[in-house]
Amino acid sequence: MSSHNQDTTGAQTTQEARMGEGVDNRFNSKLREAFGSSPFILTKFDSFMNWVRGSSMFMLQFGIACCSIEMMHTYAVKHDLDRFGSGVPRASPRQADVIIVPGTIVSKFAPRMKRVYDQMPEPKFVVSMGSCTCSGGPFQEGYNVIKGAEEVIPCDIHVPGCPPRPEALIYGIVKLQERIANGETAPVTVKPYELEQFGDLEEDELVQHLADQIDEEDLVMRYNWAESP
Amino acid sequence: MSLEAPEPSTHTDVGVTETGLDYDVLESLLGELVIDRETHHNAEAFVVRPDRVADALSVLREEAGFDHCSCVTAQQYEDRYESIYHLKKYDDPTQEVGVVVPTSIHEPKSQSGSGVYRTADWHEREAYDLVGIEYDDHPDLRRILLPETWQGHPLSQNYDQERQQVVPLTEHANPLEEDHRGGTDTMFINIGPHHPATHGVLHLKTTLNGEQVADVESDIGYLHRCEEQICQQGTYRHQIMPYPDRWDYISAGLLNEWAYARAAEDLADIDVPEYAQIIRTMSAELCRIASHLLALGTFAIDVYGDFSAIFMYAFRDREVVQNILEDLTGQRMMFNYFRLGGVAWDLPEPREKFFEKTRDFLDELPTRLEEYHNLVSGNEVLQLRCVDTGILEPEVAKQYGCTGPVARGSGVDYDLRRDDPYGYYDRLDWDVVTEDGCDNYSRVLVRLREVEESAKIIDQCVNLLEEWPEDDRTIQSNVPRTLKPDPDTEIYRAVEGAKGELGIYIRSDGTDTPARFKIRSPCFSNLQALPEMAEGEYVPDLVAALGSLDIVLGEVDR
Repeated sequence: MSSHNQDTTGAQTTQEARMGEGVDNRFNSKLREAFGSSPFILTKFDSFMNWVRGSSMFMLQFGIACCSIEMMHTYAVKHDLDRFGSGVPRASPRQADVIIVPGTIVSKFAPRMKRVYDQMPEPKFVVSMGSCTCSGGPFQEGYNVIKGAEEVIPCDIHVPGCPPRPEALIYGIVKLQERIANGETAPVTVKPYELEQFGDLEEDELVQHLADQIDEEDLVMRYNWAESP
Repeated sequence: MSLEAPEPSTHTDVGVTETGLDYDVLESLLGELVIDRETHHNAEAFVVRPDRVADALSVLREEAGFDHCSCVTAQQYEDRYESIYHLKKYDDPTQEVGVVVPTSIHEPKSQSGSGVYRTADWHEREAYDLVGIEYDDHPDLRRILLPETWQGHPLSQNYDQERQQVVPLTEHANPLEEDHRGGTDTMFINIGPHHPATHGVLHLKTTLNGEQVADVESDIGYLHRCEEQICQQGTYRHQIMPYPDRWDYISAGLLNEWAYARAAEDLADIDVPEYAQIIRTMSAELCRIASHLLALGTFAIDVYGDFSAIFMYAFRDREVVQNILEDLTGQRMMFNYFRLGGVAWDLPEPREKFFEKTRDFLDELPTRLEEYHNLVSGNEVLQLRCVDTGILEPEVAKQYGCTGPVARGSGVDYDLRRDDPYGYYDRLDWDVVTEDGCDNYSRVLVRLREVEESAKIIDQCVNLLEEWPEDDRTIQSNVPRTLKPDPDTEIYRAVEGAKGELGIYIRSDGTDTPARFKIRSPCFSNLQALPEMAEGEYVPDLVAALGSLDIVLGEVDR
């Protein structure tokens, strides 16, 4: 803190001079110390934005199954996810940056989850929580169960466990924050049913073949047990 | 939907004797309706022709007093389909009877029982969805768990799981379209499947007339994880036990495990040592406390608004319970602690420390509960929202097969821990809590008071365990390594789960996996009563009613 910077001659640093007499050092912070006397930082806008994004994330209040109970514990008193700058659950996907997918996804819910994901503004990030969102988990053999969230939406972080402890979820979220701060994001996965969005692209045989399978009246999600990993 | 007031039955004691039910008297009551008789492990069952189901059920309901249709199991044999109606009495659930309805393999058509028991409505829809039996005269025979477009019936015998399925996204109606149902200008609104107030992935199709709910229909199946299929693939001894934890996943795992343990132990005739029963009783009640606290916390969110103080209070106490359970079982939520014939391991060493920790929690609990009463039940705002809203009359609750705190909040004095004793409950001193308000407030109050009762039970169990002689601490009886119950034995057994009567039907075919494993979930039946509570009320009361039902979708959809 400021006392370390003081030299023996009694000359004041700019910072101390600006703070004036009689003011204690409670406004000082590690950041201020790091910056020294200059109140300016020079950085790239991109890096700055990434740092901002990673440091303040709005989570979507989204519960599916067992994992959502542990997720609620992560938000609540003991574990308090807010300490890591990501504890503001938003009820509307349009206000959220991060979606934690906490639980088994079944065929009936998958299109709904995809729609919720689509409603989130860019840039958006996905933490898939629990074994079910990695692979279908203990329910993998079920006739109705999607074998992992990756089948539906692109995931940035997988947190395995059944369910993962709150500590594990926090670790996953902090890792996501690190990735965001470093400017890394998940590759965008385009699913066949999204191809209609690229209607202005040049005609392509494959695109055409896939687009033909889509009933335009009826946005359809195919679920195939046999070809699942 | 209005319900014609059922006349109170006066002949509730047909065939009741000192030693139990005399099924011959019941058979003569049914007369020529009975074409055969079967013996299940829990009760005798009468075989009835598929076109006489409603007659047989209404005789049993009106004249013999079987007012609780606990469950409807459907299954396919090599040569026939079969529906089984498991009937009980609310006054004495040990008096049970089954009604077995075989139908032909080529044209599985059977008469619906939904005119006699409202609860049969959803159960039969589920049977149609998963097994493929069609019910004549059913008011609304559609798929209930799987998407409308699903091909085939997954629990029937030649279902092809490799088959490609297509699921559309157009099911939701457009809320902006003009809607004039019922002659008035109504508005259609979707609540869910992703909505903070639905406690998971429930979809409510709501029709509003101004601010009032004109019609509400629950659309479930967004968390249908094929639990029954997976249990039918697992071996009795070890492979099934992890799954009950995931039915009602609100830390009520041990209560669910007990449902499976009780059914399988009775089926295979396994004894449980007394010491293990006490551990089971204690740990299950800890689960009940955790579960009721979550119900309280989330209810407070629904009714008060945001992530608020009460939610944090409740979760703070849940953490304490989960710590105790983690010491005991090694897991915070998915315990997998019960084994057939006992529990997995003894109390953690040093035992004194475990007892001390549990006692500390129990000592602290009265102060905490007082705080809850100040915050919740004594709060004027909450009382305004909850008193006299979401009314569920006791007779209606019985029609829908409601159990647990929902039934007890309507004054139905029904608790399997006392009425159909298992474990160590009948040797402990505790009371069944009922409230007569029939409203949202009563249901919340019942849960809060049940926490006190559970604490009483745990306290007595801790005392017993502490004084238990060291050389008599048997935690498991001898169970064959590969468990193969006798072929063609059937059992339906229920325990009091956190949300009500959690029943398991198992049919053994002599192999080490069940031929049919059916779960009777309390939330499934409780949720069916939602329209009765919400219609005609305001929208916020619908949300409060849903919160006070305390459903968990993992158990509704299974």
